[in-house]
Amino acid sequence: MAAGVMTTGIQGVVALPIVLPLLGAASGVVFGAWRQVQRAITLVTLVSVLGVSIALLIEADSTGYVVQSAGGWAAPLGIVLVVDRLAGIMLVVSAIVLLAVAVYAIGQAGEERQRVAFHPLYLVLAAGVSASFITGDLFNLFVAFEMMLAASYVLITLGGRPDQIRSGMSYVVISLVASTLFISALALLYAATGTVNMADLSQRLGEVSPELRTGFSLLLLVVFGIKAGLFPLFFWLPDSYPTASGPVTAIFAGLLTKVGVYAIIRTQTLLFEPGETMGTVLLWVAGATMVVGVIGAIAQDDMKRILAFHIISQIGYMILGLGLFTVAGIAGAVFYVIHHIVVKTALFLVAGLVDRRAGSARLSEVGGLVRSAPVISALFLIPALSLAGLPPFSGFLAKFALVDAGIEGRSWWIVATSLVVGLFTLFSMTKIWTGVFWGEADEAPGREPVVTDRLGSPLLMLVGTLALVGVSIAFSIAAGSLYELSERAAEDLLDPGRYVVAVLGERP
Amino acid sequence: MTVLLAAVTALLFACGAWLLMQRRLTRIIIGIGLLGHGANLLLVTAGGKAGRPPIVASDGSTDLATLSDPLPQALALTAIVITFGVTAFLLALGYRSWQITSDDMVEDDLEDRFLERRRAIDGPEGAVDDGDPTTSELEVGEGS
Repeated sequence: MAAGVMTTGIQGVVALPIVLPLLGAASGVVFGAWRQVQRAITLVTLVSVLGVSIALLIEADSTGYVVQSAGGWAAPLGIVLVVDRLAGIMLVVSAIVLLAVAVYAIGQAGEERQRVAFHPLYLVLAAGVSASFITGDLFNLFVAFEMMLAASYVLITLGGRPDQIRSGMSYVVISLVASTLFISALALLYAATGTVNMADLSQRLGEVSPELRTGFSLLLLVVFGIKAGLFPLFFWLPDSYPTASGPVTAIFAGLLTKVGVYAIIRTQTLLFEPGETMGTVLLWVAGATMVVGVIGAIAQDDMKRILAFHIISQIGYMILGLGLFTVAGIAGAVFYVIHHIVVKTALFLVAGLVDRRAGSARLSEVGGLVRSAPVISALFLIPALSLAGLPPFSGFLAKFALVDAGIEGRSWWIVATSLVVGLFTLFSMTKIWTGVFWGEADEAPGREPVVTDRLGSPLLMLVGTLALVGVSIAFSIAAGSLYELSERAAEDLLDPGRYVVAVLGERP
Repeated sequence: MTVLLAAVTALLFACGAWLLMQRRLTRIIIGIGLLGHGANLLLVTAGGKAGRPPIVASDGSTDLATLSDPLPQALALTAIVITFGVTAFLLALGYRSWQITSDDMVEDDLEDRFLERRRAIDGPEGAVDDGDPTTSELEVGEGS
């Protein structure tokens, strides 16, 4: 059976974003004794993944779908790898972020230098993230999640410090509960439909009763909601993320929750017909997530924890766009995800820089960085204003797209909520600014600052952060074409028939 | 038979969920194990009636009507391997936690305690209260 309409050679490289990092991880283990070789392998791998991802996105944008059946077994029996516009966008953005954070990690004396396992694990994480975006098979998505999570379990506890073990424990347990629920959902889906191929499921779920369909849709929402940090399933997130080392926290905060959001967007649009009821559920969940996240952030004193609570609040915006189930809404959500991954990772990288420069990231202990480390302050200011949604940064455009879609969909209360939450976000960012960057320079008691020059950090760490800040500025400059791309992705998502035809071929 | 398997699955899920609520790490790990078994059993049950062989029967028959679906069994195998690996890691983590604290209780979030203590010290009540700050700290510590 002809799997797709494309016959270009590009199909051969669909698996590369998964295969390359795994090969890199394996050779990273072999060259464990030579840190420089490990670093070179990681950088070369991630650069090639970025190149392949860009090629895939260009191809997917011109033809719609790039489909590859693994091992030549045709869908629905074999595992298919599918790159559509959404998957292509996510691949490119995640490759950019992974590369920038790898550069940052190499510049930082810490886990990366002390532990042999850092580079291989980081690449396995990259492979898991790519696999989650590319796969067209629900069970394969489970395997991809496990690959990503298994690497993240080790990365989060790599230092072996007591606080890392404590928070890592709850992170592992909550992820395992989510995985168990995922297996159960897969078992029930298979019992009901006899398939785990997403395109096939999309068709066969149309034949089961609507009540059952709603049940499955809610079950999958809970499974991915735990990973994404939706209300009321977010409690593990602000506790566990900040304890890992700087670059690890940044990549977790930027990417991992967004893989959950991607899975929610994919399953809710492809497998289940978007309905009024599900839309209302999603909008309520989105509203609660936004409000609880932003209020949780206000109480915090640690910069990383404030930012961690803001991840939750921002996830609400993405789900808001999905809940509207319109092209404008989903396009807004996709644009928001892209903007958020870059900006959030940049902010966490800056938090790591502050921690290194001042010996602490607590608002009550640090101050006056704007005079002693002006470069770090500038690097914080741009993504912070972008996160708060101030023009002309990408955050403003993303929020504007969502609010516009909400007004179009006449969901007034959620629009009002999102605007109020935006104000609170600005308040939080100013709180960090006044606490850490303005005021008297009160260094953390008993802790000597690691670096004291005016640059404030090793060059490579600054380069990694600067790259992401630059990308976020580039997003606001290229916002027009980027939003059009998101719009095309949203049109695909709202017409699951196209996906089914691309994977299974024309059915008579 | 399928009803029995469904009942066993329910029992495993119930016991696993109960153990997961405990504060001892060992119990939580056993609870995770039970939950995993329940989910895998559910996967196998999705493959058709219990007791049937997959692919080829022992008498060589390949009649599809008497065989069970092999795919859920393959899926269950994959899931078992993954659960096994992660449980091993969880045990190692629990052992490390025991090495550090010589106790296998789940601890409170330190940052939450810190925030609570800070509120107790510089909140409006704390400002009026001139008592020994260590007393109020102890109270908060025990309460949380």
